[in-house]
Amino acid sequence: MNEFEQMYREVILDHYKNPRGHGMLDDADAEAEGQNPLCGDEVSIYVAFGDDGETIEEVKFSGRGCAISQAATSMLTEMVQGRSATEVATLDKDELLEEIGIPLTPVRLKCAMLGLTTLKVALHKAKGTPLPDGLAGFDELELT
Amino acid sequence: MTTGTKKLDARALRADFPIFEQKIHGKPLAYLDSANSSQKPRQVLDSMTTFYETSYANVHRAVHVLGERATAGLEGAREKVRAFLNAPDVREVIFVRNATEAINLVAYSWGMNNLGPGDAVVVTELEHHSNFVPWQYIARRQGAEFVMLPLDDNGDVDLSPLGEIARDHTVKVVATNLVSNSLGTIADLEPLTRWAHEQGAIFVCDAAQAAPHLRVDVQALDCDFLAVSGHKMCGPSGIGALWGRGELLRAMEPFLLGGHMINSVRYEKTTWGELPHKFEAGTSPIVEAVGLGAAVDYLEAAGLDAIEAYEHELAAYALGRLAEVPGITLYGPPAERRAGVVSFNMDGIHPHDVAQILDRQGVAIRAGHHCCQPLMHKLGVAATNRASFYLYTLPEEIDQLVDGLYTVRKVFA
Repeated sequence: MNEFEQMYREVILDHYKNPRGHGMLDDADAEAEGQNPLCGDEVSIYVAFGDDGETIEEVKFSGRGCAISQAATSMLTEMVQGRSATEVATLDKDELLEEIGIPLTPVRLKCAMLGLTTLKVALHKAKGTPLPDGLAGFDELELT
Repeated sequence: MTTGTKKLDARALRADFPIFEQKIHGKPLAYLDSANSSQKPRQVLDSMTTFYETSYANVHRAVHVLGERATAGLEGAREKVRAFLNAPDVREVIFVRNATEAINLVAYSWGMNNLGPGDAVVVTELEHHSNFVPWQYIARRQGAEFVMLPLDDNGDVDLSPLGEIARDHTVKVVATNLVSNSLGTIADLEPLTRWAHEQGAIFVCDAAQAAPHLRVDVQALDCDFLAVSGHKMCGPSGIGALWGRGELLRAMEPFLLGGHMINSVRYEKTTWGELPHKFEAGTSPIVEAVGLGAAVDYLEAAGLDAIEAYEHELAAYALGRLAEVPGITLYGPPAERRAGVVSFNMDGIHPHDVAQILDRQGVAIRAGHHCCQPLMHKLGVAATNRASFYLYTLPEEIDQLVDGLYTVRKVFA
């Protein structure tokens, strides 16, 4: 069982089964939808800013997909809470990957990055922050 | 049905496939992804290597001996494909990259000159994107209607809208598959071909998933165009074939333009070559065609009837074994109406996760939408797992899959 524990750490399964920040925000200040047509993962992200219009006060997500895509997005909502939009717009993907903490094949990397990329697109749409650097490498993702 | 059908010896055939001589993650390889692409027997690989080593040159142009051998290789392969599909005339067999390109060829070359407002192109909800997207695109571009026949609750194509479609439109194209790549359903095309021809429409058959697994006869099917992909039928990637009725092909404009497809080129005007050359611009996939010819020989030696019968057996075995696994949902028709394809889902576990855990146990399946998003939408799922079989598949590979699924359940328990 050891090798599977390595692939699907308890924390991943926990985030998958009990996602944090799951739901929607009716009056979101920023939102975007992302899909990975390769495998059908879907994530919608909703962001509410604080009074300064910059601090991420609340993040919610809805969607469906594999354990990696949903758990990674769940972890992401915890990670970005209270941080500034500008900072999150340039958040290094390695920070999220460290949190996920399992080796990912190139296909699964796209699953893992769906939430972060979608969040960056949401921030871009609302605040004009730069689009994620990595977007060029994620042409398969459909982001609206 | 032939009398005295020989029985397929999968264990003997499997020895022809070098890919199985390895372990994956330390486990025997259970390759259950043949509907995605098939593995290649040594006979096909050797035919290509030998051809490169002894006979390779460009075709049709060179007067030297290698040019002659290469041309004979390419044209010999064309004749093998003709016989394989029971096509009346070898000039009606066009080499293309794959079934997708074949269908695009018809959609563009036939559709751009024959479709317009008031016309309809009819497909089904069970199409692979390759037989869906080109028609959707060309129909809309030409101002014609794009109509999709829905599936009924049994997963069969619902023919009840046909009357209304014919009343409202001039039906010009009916395009559907013979075997579904995602459910494995073997279609009874006769009502649709008959209806298409009553409407004066052409019938385009996507046989990419059928040709590897059962006898495909373009005359018995009474279709007008038929597309196959080499890579799904033990042949190399990068080669497929389009068969079309000669009178239709002759009346069509070319699809790709350039070298080899011409009769004469002047500044004022270029005239097109004869069939099949009119549709084969540029240097052909020569060695790939030779490999496809060898694949046809291989399948004929095994026997298409024997392959089909064996796949029904495997499908029945797989459906029975998979049904034992708690929390599993199986999609598609009963075993006797399906080629060796079984799509399923596990309750609460995404197919990607299922496929990844199976991979670690040496089991290769496909997880995703199988290029059938309209169907996935119909089933109300984003994706499914698909295990698919071929003439080299052994029952113990299905056992390995089932054991693997129990491990998946444990990981996600």
